[in-house]
Amino acid sequence: MAERKATPLWEGKIVRAAALDSLRKFDPRIQAKNPVMFVVEVTAFAVTLIILRDLAAGAHRQLGFELQIALWLWFTVGFANFAEAMAEGRGKAQADNLRKTRTETMAKRIGNGGAIAMVAATQLRKGDVVMVEAGDVIPGDGEVIEGVAAVNEAAITGESAPVIRESGGDRSAVTGGTTVISDWIKVRITANPGETFLDRMISLVEGAQRQKTPNEIALSILLAGLTIIFMMVCVSLYPFALYGGTILTLPVLVALLVCLIPTTIGGLLSAIGIAGMDRLVQHNVLAMSGRAVEAAGDVDTLLLDKTGTITLGNRMAEEFLPVAGVLPQELAEAAQLASLADETPEGRSIVVLAKRAYGLRGRELGGDGAEFIPFSAQTRMSGVDLHGHRIRKGATDAVIKFVEEHGGHAPADLNAMVEKIARSGGTPLVVADNARMLGVIHLKDVVKEGIRERFERLRAMGLRTVMITGDNPLTAAAIAKESGVDDFLAEATPETKLRLIREEQAQGKLVAMIGDGTNDAPALAQADVGIAMNAGTQAAREAGNMVDLDSNPTKVMEVVEIGKQLLITRGALTTFSIANDVAKYFAIIPAMFVIGYPDLQALNIMHLATPESAILSAVIFNALIIIALIPLALRGVAYRPLGAAAILTRNLLIYGLGGVIVPFIGIKAIDLIVSALHLA
Amino acid sequence: MLANAIIQIGLFLLLVTAISVPLGHYMARVFAGEKTFLDPLLKPVERLIYRLGGVHPENEQTWVEYAVSMLLFSAAGMLLLYGLERLQGWLPLNPQALGAVAPDLAFNTAASFTTNTNWQAYGGETTMSYLTQMAGLAFHNFVSAAAGIAIAIAVVRGFIRRNSKTIGNFWFDLTRATLWVLLPICVVMALALVWQGVPDNFAPYVRAKTVAGAVQTIAEGPVASQEIIKELGTNGGGFFNANSAHPYENPTPLSNLIEMLAIFAIGASLTHTFGKMVGDSRQGWVLYGVMAILFLTGVAVCTWSEQRGNPMLARAGVNEIASASQSGGNMEGKEVRFGIVDSALFATVTTDTSCGAVNSMHDSYTPLGGFIPLLNMQIGEIIFGGVGSGLYGMLVMAVLAVFIAGLMVGRTPEYLGKKIEGREMKLAMLFILIFPLVILIPAGLAVVLPAGLAGISNPGPHGFSQILYAYTEASANNGSAFAGLNANTGFYNVTLALVMLCGRFLMKVPVLALAGSLAAKRSVPESAGTFPTNGATFVILLIGVILIVAALTFFPADALGPIVEQLAMRHSHLY
Amino acid sequence: MRIWTAIRMTIVLTVLTGIVYPLAIAAAAHALFPWQAEGSLVTSGGTVVGSALIGQNFSAPRYFSGRPSAAGDKGYDAANSGGSNLGPTNKSLITAVAARVHEVRESNPGTVSVPVDLVTASGSGLDPEISIAAADLQIPRVAKARGLDEDTVRKLVRANTERRSLGLFGEPGVNVLMLNLALDRLRSGDRPAGS
Repeated sequence: MAERKATPLWEGKIVRAAALDSLRKFDPRIQAKNPVMFVVEVTAFAVTLIILRDLAAGAHRQLGFELQIALWLWFTVGFANFAEAMAEGRGKAQADNLRKTRTETMAKRIGNGGAIAMVAATQLRKGDVVMVEAGDVIPGDGEVIEGVAAVNEAAITGESAPVIRESGGDRSAVTGGTTVISDWIKVRITANPGETFLDRMISLVEGAQRQKTPNEIALSILLAGLTIIFMMVCVSLYPFALYGGTILTLPVLVALLVCLIPTTIGGLLSAIGIAGMDRLVQHNVLAMSGRAVEAAGDVDTLLLDKTGTITLGNRMAEEFLPVAGVLPQELAEAAQLASLADETPEGRSIVVLAKRAYGLRGRELGGDGAEFIPFSAQTRMSGVDLHGHRIRKGATDAVIKFVEEHGGHAPADLNAMVEKIARSGGTPLVVADNARMLGVIHLKDVVKEGIRERFERLRAMGLRTVMITGDNPLTAAAIAKESGVDDFLAEATPETKLRLIREEQAQGKLVAMIGDGTNDAPALAQADVGIAMNAGTQAAREAGNMVDLDSNPTKVMEVVEIGKQLLITRGALTTFSIANDVAKYFAIIPAMFVIGYPDLQALNIMHLATPESAILSAVIFNALIIIALIPLALRGVAYRPLGAAAILTRNLLIYGLGGVIVPFIGIKAIDLIVSALHLA
Repeated sequence: MLANAIIQIGLFLLLVTAISVPLGHYMARVFAGEKTFLDPLLKPVERLIYRLGGVHPENEQTWVEYAVSMLLFSAAGMLLLYGLERLQGWLPLNPQALGAVAPDLAFNTAASFTTNTNWQAYGGETTMSYLTQMAGLAFHNFVSAAAGIAIAIAVVRGFIRRNSKTIGNFWFDLTRATLWVLLPICVVMALALVWQGVPDNFAPYVRAKTVAGAVQTIAEGPVASQEIIKELGTNGGGFFNANSAHPYENPTPLSNLIEMLAIFAIGASLTHTFGKMVGDSRQGWVLYGVMAILFLTGVAVCTWSEQRGNPMLARAGVNEIASASQSGGNMEGKEVRFGIVDSALFATVTTDTSCGAVNSMHDSYTPLGGFIPLLNMQIGEIIFGGVGSGLYGMLVMAVLAVFIAGLMVGRTPEYLGKKIEGREMKLAMLFILIFPLVILIPAGLAVVLPAGLAGISNPGPHGFSQILYAYTEASANNGSAFAGLNANTGFYNVTLALVMLCGRFLMKVPVLALAGSLAAKRSVPESAGTFPTNGATFVILLIGVILIVAALTFFPADALGPIVEQLAMRHSHLY
Repeated sequence: MRIWTAIRMTIVLTVLTGIVYPLAIAAAAHALFPWQAEGSLVTSGGTVVGSALIGQNFSAPRYFSGRPSAAGDKGYDAANSGGSNLGPTNKSLITAVAARVHEVRESNPGTVSVPVDLVTASGSGLDPEISIAAADLQIPRVAKARGLDEDTVRKLVRANTERRSLGLFGEPGVNVLMLNLALDRLRSGDRPAGS
């Protein structure tokens, strides 16, 4: 898997751009989207006005103090802007790399009469057909309708090994910006300019098209609600104070308000969302929406294709099992002959096994009157015709039929051998020579290393894994057992896959699956998180809500973890933000009222120097904590695959209890500095 | 002393627990319409009520229909009570010939009893005829409690139903709560109270020639029947002005125990009803555990502070030290038979719930001791809570807790299989927002307006506490008071009545909408990745969220009331 | 239609819970516990002298006095119950208590510390009881005023002391009215009825 390099967090270029960008975000129209920060900006503005008014009137009793409050209020907004700008900046850096590939591509559009016209890629429309030849950049997303070509998709995947794209079948989709390196293809364009994968990817990672996700909306409501509560608290505090003979000034009340409203999470919320997308892109997964990323965290059931995900893509010949009366050598030789022209990994592994076990050297049979019979879905056999020998290897029933057609019959011990192999999770490949049954090749599925541990991890996270395979139930059960997957669907067809997803969903579960072929499209569309492989068909890519550019089937696990991490980060910072308020109260309330009620000095448990320094320190802490938490917001809270109960306890301790304690220390420290510098 | 306090409080909680489990399971059967041992007696009455009322209990209602039924029923009852109060002079069962209740007071009282607040700006024995007390006030004691239970059940149905448009039938729930739950307990316990000495008659007030030779007029009335529903329905409106401190309402420590048990009984049981209905009794126990811990903390602080007494009295030569021959402590406003422990316990119990009955005068508590009742209400009366409102209030807090911290397990927060999304959050926040809105803003007005300040009877921070307490209890529909506040004025009667109406109905409607929204959702099955809401971690989390939400909302106000007064008292500052 | 249902249900439930229920309880109460149902009234020589549950004003030295009362203007107004509702930092409270302490010391010479219940107003203003300590403090005065020896009075105090319910709940206390009636009875030999 070719992972994109994560950009260093504080890369100079991005920081500079973000700093600039955060100024632009002071625009109230932009702030209005974020109620919490909007309140901060409005109150900062009000405080500034008051100071200006007092200045004009020449009444400035506490000018230095109030100016500092105002300044830090503006900083609070600025820091939140900066956090968002940083997240967007990092996304843009990714996007810029992508965008380079998009510039100035010319396309050879095939007109009605078959004539080729050179047009700019940006003029192509859905339905246009273009010719792409070796060396050309594919001008837009599309589907190969004719031809076959090797394509370099490094531009989007970072993987330089060329992939084959051909018409029909499951490898027909091509992506704009990738390069054809051999042969030619005719491509029907499937996306208008600006709507291509690349475009969508760019706008998503830049955060330009970002819409709030459902959970983000719910969280925003919570934060807005808390903000309203604290506004009521501060508004009512003015008459309450008046009762005791204290007249509170606007800057002091605003200081309290801004400290109380959840600015920490409010300021970082959108950065967390953008960073989540960004992390997905670093894993070369492109989500069609933020909603899909969130849904990934909620997934209950994971459907995994056996081949390539749980087992190594290729089955390997493990053993030759001759029937009674046939020498192992004889079987091995026949099997080798039948496989010589078989370029599939299974075929090659048979040749290799024959050589290793019996010292049979693969012969060159070209032009020797040998005729190779390729595998076909109808015969379900392949083999070779050579000197009157008609050697076949293939599915048990197919080969038995072949033998019987030639007047032979299956020996008694064959069935037992076949069953034994199947039960052990292997695939039996029966070999026959005309009417003579020779034996069985044991093709073994090799379970990927470390897959069992991964399933355990997923189980701990609360995910149920289901292996999807076309194998018979016996084989599937054996592999399921060996790999540690929770369940399996054997002899899977598109229909049974779809049914399985629907059954799970009927129980209220969220299902994720990964797929590539056109026949996966319904299931991908039905699944809550459908990850299409980039190498798959256009239909599959349209049906899913994520695309894995690496076409790596194990990627789904990372996607789930990123989804969870996104939610955890939001929850952790919300908890932290709210828990912070306790200390701020202890700083500000005694400071506000100590003149009217000297007894309240007892609440100044941090022993802050003066009332002004206490209030100022709380405001400064409140602003600085946003900056301090930007790295956490961008990187996300570390995710550990533990049970929910364990994660909860852990995070509650760190962000809940920590959120109560940290500001006590922080405000005290700032107070020491503030009073040492005689700022207040 | 300490030993006795621990035994009394411990035994009390033990009894509450012992009652709540069977009663909770019984209620689950009642509201599922299942068979109970009272059916032979009550089924015919139930059928009669439906026939006379024109109710079709099998018609399921959407949350809107449910809420409309509830609101119309409350409106009709409120009008009826207002009418009775205004017309009582012409109606029977009025041996003292009490005249019509003044319009603002009648409005305040009608709002107060309709909303299960039972705040009383009047003295019962000097204002209300026996008929008004029975047919007006006691009726509301029953039905406002029954409506609370009904709504709690409807909310629980929201959690257990899937893809459902409806949440039950209000009339069915109302009738069942009255017939199967409230009436039978009241009948038995009212007689137990009479046994302990609570009168129950329709005689005119007795004129006694006292031992010292004076005349003492002793108020009488059908006290026992009203007394028990006042507690069981967490209403709290006293037959007499002194409420449960009055020896006729609460003559012995045993009657006191019965009354306290009655206050907690239904609120505590509903947690188990909830556990039973959602099919996981541990879910009910978690809520019960949260409530029990908060209750014990409150009662411990309150008892400790009251027992410690007022240092300024000690300095005046008063002995406040507990011994075998006196309870000691701060006895101002307390009865000898209850002493400190039973008074502090009652004060905690009555404000944990929305009851508001008092057996001692909270206004005279030490600042810290009086802070506990105030805080209990600010928390939202969810410690066992008002009948029904305690459970749904706690469920809203649970939803909030699940949402805030639930994200930290990496899934969209869900509670009992229901995803908590934007709509649920909106309704929960609305519920939570109304509360400070109707406390802080009116209290802010009252502490600066002359009409508000005129009511204050204790100067200094305590006077602020009186106003804060009044609006807190009105929003929380509690009805207890820092009773020195002279609140029988146009300003207080009207503002408090409006606050009570908002505190009740503006919170009930969003909670029913929440039930409707939850019922319409599908249910997500549990897995190892699910946020576990039936264990100790959730208990701690829920307590944390409850305390932090209340503390963040009310700390500044409390700092200027009870907190600064406590510090002042320790420093011997007088006002 | 819905409004109709609401009105009809209001009437039906008012009749059930507001009329039938209280009348039934009153009837049952009179059948089972007639004395309590009528208010635990105590008669002496055929006239009602008060209720065993309701405190009265006693100021003469020969009677045990009860707690300060805020009920009504003169205290112990059983048709207008209530407490003082004075807050703990209210000057009036501290002044009033200090005055009462002074008064108790005056009328009971030799008193050093005064039991708190004797100088603080009860919640109801009708508290029928005082603490044992508060009764003990008054024994010498009452005995002297009545010409009795202190042990006789002490015995009566003990006889009129309510223990904790079930030995656990509440606080012990001395019923002042019943104690004073018993004291009077010692002299006159009357038997107050009802107790």
